[in-house]
Amino acid sequence: MSDELEKCSLVVCSGDMDKVMAGFIIATTAASMGRDTSMFFTFWGLKAIQKGNPTGSTFFEKMLSVMNRGGIDRIGPSRLNFGGIGRWLFKKMMKDKGVTSLPELRQVAIDLGVHLLACQMSMDVMGIKREDLIDEVSDIVGAATYCNLALQGKTMFI
Amino acid sequence: MDENVKPTMVLDLKGLLCPMPVVKIAGAIKKVDVGAIIEATATDPGVMADIPAWTKSTGNEMIKMEKEGKVITFWVKRLK
Repeated sequence: MSDELEKCSLVVCSGDMDKVMAGFIIATTAASMGRDTSMFFTFWGLKAIQKGNPTGSTFFEKMLSVMNRGGIDRIGPSRLNFGGIGRWLFKKMMKDKGVTSLPELRQVAIDLGVHLLACQMSMDVMGIKREDLIDEVSDIVGAATYCNLALQGKTMFI
Repeated sequence: MDENVKPTMVLDLKGLLCPMPVVKIAGAIKKVDVGAIIEATATDPGVMADIPAWTKSTGNEMIKMEKEGKVITFWVKRLK
């Protein structure tokens, strides 16, 4: 049956809590509907699949990591973050309401077999290495691999 | 309740919010045989639209849905 279904693919180019969350919610839902689902993390989106350790080897790469460290727990809302207060507040509000947290949602996506793909070029630009990404990332790919997937079904850009 | 809505599995989805009720029902349906019925209770009002959307998309059957106070009970039949 799954062969007949169109695939679902999402481009996550944002490292903001609200957008990454939307990405994981849609991906887990599409996977629950039996779709072969992939998420392509590019640019700031990579933050969502980084382990959270300091990255980079050159001065600029290291500075980038200091000012904007990756890791799903460090992701803050696109608005009203106020240097991390917004992130804390949203986490608390979501927990109080019983909403699944971002790290848990990512794990649900992994458990459902959502393919997590990392953008090779963004990683090169920012000095992020394979070992800086969580082990569950299925592949590091370029735009052609993504386009190939996108052409087999529906695409969403986040 | 008539014989054909006798559930093989009962799921408690109360307190869960989007997307978890759909994720849980999708996981549960794989564990029952084709033709089996799952009875689930939830408190997320979103399930009233989302569970029918899920059954439509997966080719399963939404038998019925009832709302009593804040608790929503629905029966889903695995068709394939």
